[in-house]
Amino acid sequence: MRPLTEEETRVMFEKIAKYIGENLQLLVDRPDGTYCFRLHNDRVYYVSEKILKLAANISGDKLVSLGTCFGKFTKTHKFRLHITALDYLAPYAKYKVWIKPGAEQSFLYGNHVLKSGLGRITESTCQYQGVVVYSMADVPLMRAPPPPSGGAGCRGDPQSRWSARCRLRDV
Amino acid sequence: MEGQSVEELLAKAERDEAERLQRITVHKELELEFDLGNLLALDRNPPTGLRRAGPTPEAELQALARDNTQLLINQLWQLPTERVEEALVARLPEPTTRLPREKPVPRPRPLTRWQQFARLKGIRPKKKTNLVWDEVSGQWRRRWGYQRARDDTKEWLIEVPGGADPLEDQFAKRIQAKKERVAKNELNRLRNLARAHKMQLPSAAGMHPTGHQSKEELGRAMQVAKVSTASVGRFQERLPKEKAPRGSGKKRKFQPLFGDFAAEKKSQLELLRVMNSKKPQLDVTRATNKQMREEDQEEAAKKRKMSQKGKMNSAPPRSGGKRKGEHHQGGKRRK
Repeated sequence: MRPLTEEETRVMFEKIAKYIGENLQLLVDRPDGTYCFRLHNDRVYYVSEKILKLAANISGDKLVSLGTCFGKFTKTHKFRLHITALDYLAPYAKYKVWIKPGAEQSFLYGNHVLKSGLGRITESTCQYQGVVVYSMADVPLMRAPPPPSGGAGCRGDPQSRWSARCRLRDV
Repeated sequence: MEGQSVEELLAKAERDEAERLQRITVHKELELEFDLGNLLALDRNPPTGLRRAGPTPEAELQALARDNTQLLINQLWQLPTERVEEALVARLPEPTTRLPREKPVPRPRPLTRWQQFARLKGIRPKKKTNLVWDEVSGQWRRRWGYQRARDDTKEWLIEVPGGADPLEDQFAKRIQAKKERVAKNELNRLRNLARAHKMQLPSAAGMHPTGHQSKEELGRAMQVAKVSTASVGRFQERLPKEKAPRGSGKKRKFQPLFGDFAAEKKSQLELLRVMNSKKPQLDVTRATNKQMREEDQEEAAKKRKMSQKGKMNSAPPRSGGKRKGEHHQGGKRRK
């Protein structure tokens, strides 16, 4: 277990900032306690100082997990955000998409969502923006990252021509 | 007329000459002191002209500078000149002003091991002659160095000593002994140097072959020997099943687990600030989209007006008609 290096921190922040933007400061600097990121076996855990001190007493090979796992670093040192981070990303998400109950199940099982399945969407969401997907009961379901090829801006009213395809991209 | 013009010319020439002389002669109350080796001219005249000048003494300063430079150049022209590759060159004398030190005084070096020992024992260096009489060659040879007086590596006949192996090569033995002495001397010199500069020498623990080295020591010695070639071990052969050593790079250092939390937070916030500052404030795509949308709306409004005018001309106006189109939201509610 160790703290993240500068490079690793930067990579991770860049990934998380795609969903929550400047609100990332609120994760780093919390009024209700000191929370920090620690790396253990290539996985990044978001853990309070109290829990961290307790976890330090467990030997590294016996320690499975601590706090909340935000994601892991792959072999080529790219950061992959996990669904366990959703609880922390959802309240700070900048762009949200609500889907109707009918499309919800289909989405959770990995299918695309058509435009008719969308309930609400945050205004001024660009095409190809990374969003957090909610059910109509305001339960965060998933995050939907932008597709690999960066999108061009959409012309005209974003709603009428928005390609509403959210792909399941989580472990 | 011509005479007058000739006279005029002569007068003009005289005037020019006088002017030139006036330009190059400068009158000073106190003579300047010159140090031509440093191209230095020292003016001890009181600067009354400058004091009188007032807030902007630019002109007076310039005049003073010109005068002093003129005097210096006059002095330079009086030096002996010579011609060096088609250029006329004045040979400057030795500088007389002593300049202060450029670099600070060197700090005293720590004593070498021998110097410490000699100081302890009170050994003073004995004055020795440079040349020694060499019987063999019948000349004066230097005490040490090239073609020294008693060079035992250059002997052509060596008696095998009593207890030695008769098949041993005594010449090779002497040369080997000399090499070892030289190497030892070099090592001590480097150690002294490292002590003087407070540097660390790479430790040679376990490198000397005793009979009782552990497996790790032997392994380390082997690694070091492998890397101690001119190509730093790149072309050394390996045994058929020997693997490349792992972890022979530099060990990475990480922050401690419970470091300063406040400092960690601060550095992360700083990183975030830098990241945010790099992002452009103006989102170009959104701005262009907004612009295009506004243009579209204007065009649509214009078209509607035109069509309305046409309708008004052709049919009676309908009041309270529903206006569909612009304000239709569609199925989605904007948050």
